[in-house]
Amino acid sequence: MNTLILRTVAPPITALMLVFSVFVLLRGHNEPGGGFIGGLIAASALAIYGIAYGVSAVRHAIRFHPMAIAGFGLLVGALSGVVSIFAGVPFMTGLWIYPSIFGVEVPLATVISFDIGVYFVVLGSVGSIALALEERETD
Amino acid sequence: MADQAPLTLLCLFLPFLTALLAPAAVRRFGHGGSWGLALAPLLAFLHFLTFLPQISAGEVVTGGYAWVPSLNLSFSWFLDGLSLTFALLITGIGTLIVLYSGGYMKGHPQQGRFLCFILLFMGAMLGLVVSDSFLMLFVYWELTSITSFLLIGFDHEREAARRSALQALVVTGLGGLSLLAGLIFLWNMTGVTQLSLLVNVDDTLRNSPFYLAALLLLLGGAFTKSAQFPFHFWLPNAMEAPTPVSAYLHSATMVKAGVYLLMRLNPVMGATPAWEILLPFFGGVTLIAGTLLAIRQTDLKLMLAYTTMASLGLLVMLTGFDTPHAVEAAVLYLVAHSLFKGALFMVAGLVDHEAGTRDVTKLGGLRGDMPITFAAALLAALSMGGLPLFLGFLAKEEIYYALAHGDLRSIVFTLVAIVGNGLMFAIAFAVALKPFLGPHVETPKHAHEGPPLMWIGPALLASLGLVGGVLSGVAHRFVSTPMASAVAGEPRLVEISTIPHLGMPLLLSVITVAFGVLVYLRLDQARDMMVRLLTAIGSGPDRGFDHVVSGLVRLSVAVTRIVQPGRLEIYITVTFVLLALTLLVPSFLYGELPDMPTWPDELYFHEWAIILLAVIGLFAVLRASDRLTAIVSLGIQGFAVAVIFLLFGAADLAFTQFMVETLSVVILALVMTRLRLSPRDHRPPRQFAFDAAISIACGLGFTLLLMKTTQLPFNLELTEFFNTYSKVIAHGANVVNVILVDFRGTDTLGEIAVVMITGLAVLALIRVRLRDPLPDTNVETTAEGDRS
Repeated sequence: MNTLILRTVAPPITALMLVFSVFVLLRGHNEPGGGFIGGLIAASALAIYGIAYGVSAVRHAIRFHPMAIAGFGLLVGALSGVVSIFAGVPFMTGLWIYPSIFGVEVPLATVISFDIGVYFVVLGSVGSIALALEERETD
Repeated sequence: MADQAPLTLLCLFLPFLTALLAPAAVRRFGHGGSWGLALAPLLAFLHFLTFLPQISAGEVVTGGYAWVPSLNLSFSWFLDGLSLTFALLITGIGTLIVLYSGGYMKGHPQQGRFLCFILLFMGAMLGLVVSDSFLMLFVYWELTSITSFLLIGFDHEREAARRSALQALVVTGLGGLSLLAGLIFLWNMTGVTQLSLLVNVDDTLRNSPFYLAALLLLLGGAFTKSAQFPFHFWLPNAMEAPTPVSAYLHSATMVKAGVYLLMRLNPVMGATPAWEILLPFFGGVTLIAGTLLAIRQTDLKLMLAYTTMASLGLLVMLTGFDTPHAVEAAVLYLVAHSLFKGALFMVAGLVDHEAGTRDVTKLGGLRGDMPITFAAALLAALSMGGLPLFLGFLAKEEIYYALAHGDLRSIVFTLVAIVGNGLMFAIAFAVALKPFLGPHVETPKHAHEGPPLMWIGPALLASLGLVGGVLSGVAHRFVSTPMASAVAGEPRLVEISTIPHLGMPLLLSVITVAFGVLVYLRLDQARDMMVRLLTAIGSGPDRGFDHVVSGLVRLSVAVTRIVQPGRLEIYITVTFVLLALTLLVPSFLYGELPDMPTWPDELYFHEWAIILLAVIGLFAVLRASDRLTAIVSLGIQGFAVAVIFLLFGAADLAFTQFMVETLSVVILALVMTRLRLSPRDHRPPRQFAFDAAISIACGLGFTLLLMKTTQLPFNLELTEFFNTYSKVIAHGANVVNVILVDFRGTDTLGEIAVVMITGLAVLALIRVRLRDPLPDTNVETTAEGDRS
């Protein structure tokens, strides 16, 4: 499937999808989106790149094994829940802080880091399945 | 007195903590490390010793910490005469056993592991006897079974050891489950979950209609643990364990856990007809069976093992006898037995260790080479034989005080006791005299006295049997009287002394000893007779256990063959047939079918277009000439559904549906290429019709369910709650996302864990296929391959 057209458009499409996935992830709390859908978009981006350039190119580009990424996501998600225990409230209670960065008040919360964890788990798990299935095409 | 709770808690966990250090200690200091490790049980022993004055004054000590307060669970302990005596035996003998193991296992590459297991067991056993809460009792009870399994199977390279370990685990584990059920009964009947409260409930249990059920379940636990007939067979097999284990677990402590339980329950469950029939009967049978089986053996350890079984039978019999002195006799015999049997086992191990064999017919004349061992063996045997001056004598006198009454029942059990005690007398001296007296017999190893590590234990325990007998006043004041009072549930005073006093009990003692001496002198004939008798009987419960186990294995293999045929088609068919049945049968059976929907008044053009698109997708799937086309066509239908979601305002859902639909088409297509299926569908018409029927049934079922759901009044409570509070509490405007990451965040955490595990499983499946490339395949073999 590595036609010239696909090989030409795959890098910009992958880049766009990855950026878009982060956008979808971050806006999720107030607009349609979120970690799950963001992770799916990012995994599709990897799959497209894999179809165009081969799985080893993707594995090289993302540096870590996709399952390691999923594991990282699960850890982030679990730790986001644990933070609340130190604040003396039940597990998984959302905590918010509003630091001022360059004069702009940025709301940050454990629910956002949790959503980021979801994003990585979905990206890693779905991505690793897709890549593993694509692998045979190249060998 | 200062608050001792933290110290007691530490002592209860000290064996576990020391167990962690054991391997390192042995690696660092060799077998000498056991000197250091023995400090842990010694400290615990000394700590429990400080309770003696308090307990002997008739008080009880309770303490503990809240564990799960919301479930009313606590980690709490309860010390009275009974549990304190046990605690002292466990820690005291435990100290000596750790030392003994240091010598016995000297140079063994796994000595550290062995000491670790022994200490773990000690912690479990100690916890068992001091537990106040039922649950803690059960947990520790099972822990002793597990550590016993590890210790019996310590020599795991021999098949016999593995089999014995498994057998002991199965028998005592099943008993543990029975115990759990019994404890739940007790809890339901009385409403208390603590032994310290249970002993005060008076007649509630005895009068309950569930008394017998609870009793039988609890006896199931006690009889398996204490190796009562017909569950006795695991105990002799447990002798596969190294000798320190036999001395500690399978004579002095663990096997007495069942007796402990019965003694603990005696005040609230005893003195009923069932209790007074079941306990003496099974105890008596065990006593006689144990001694007869012991006579037959020539292996020192097995002889002792069977007498242990017999002694446990005697203890159970006495606990259930309920005449004056019966409880006192049981208490005295229990303590005496722990001391002399522990000592004799260690002697047997010493002889084995030094002479290279423990077959009594191949030993003789060791008295000059091993004088200390001989002395210890003799002292222990005098106590076991029940000769004056020794603790065993007091116990035997008390036994006959308890049993010797005029009625028929007493006469029968007196005879049982005389035969049992007489045979035990003979075996005690066979073990203690035969290897040491007589002409010198050539042994596999040149025997000489063992190292101090090994003779300290038996010498000390055997001497204690003498000290306890001579200083009976002190022993009674601090041990026997408080323990007997705890078992009886009312104050009892033990005052028997070692000075022989004329009367019926002394006469019976003399008869017993005479009988014992007679059997000892004719031991070889008696053994031959028993061997002939047992050969005539043939198979026993031990063989039966093997039949049961192999039968279970065959059964599970047969069941697995049926439910796991290994063909993907069958799995999928079963799943969807069941799905269709679950969806359709209840709605037809209970008349829950939806009403005929009304035709929508007006549909916009674009809505018609989307429905048309979905229908086209459906037809495309059905009409597709090859599999790839079918998969892609399925995507058309999925996209149409996503657009419908979008139109009705579920943007998040639509968004996700688009992505899932895309990815599943891609992944399905990749899977299909990987499976190397033939591009077309070659199902025979009959199969095709069957599969079509299943899919239509599933589709119909879902349609009906959805229609019914939409026709029911919709509960808006949750919707309103989330709409109201999403922004206020969780600071998010996207309700769906707020539910996922905040309101129901813990659910999501579980779900992403599942996603990851699924990913790992899929990855593993793909890897298997990669390493094992199948040649050109058809559907059947591919399904087989998928199973792996």
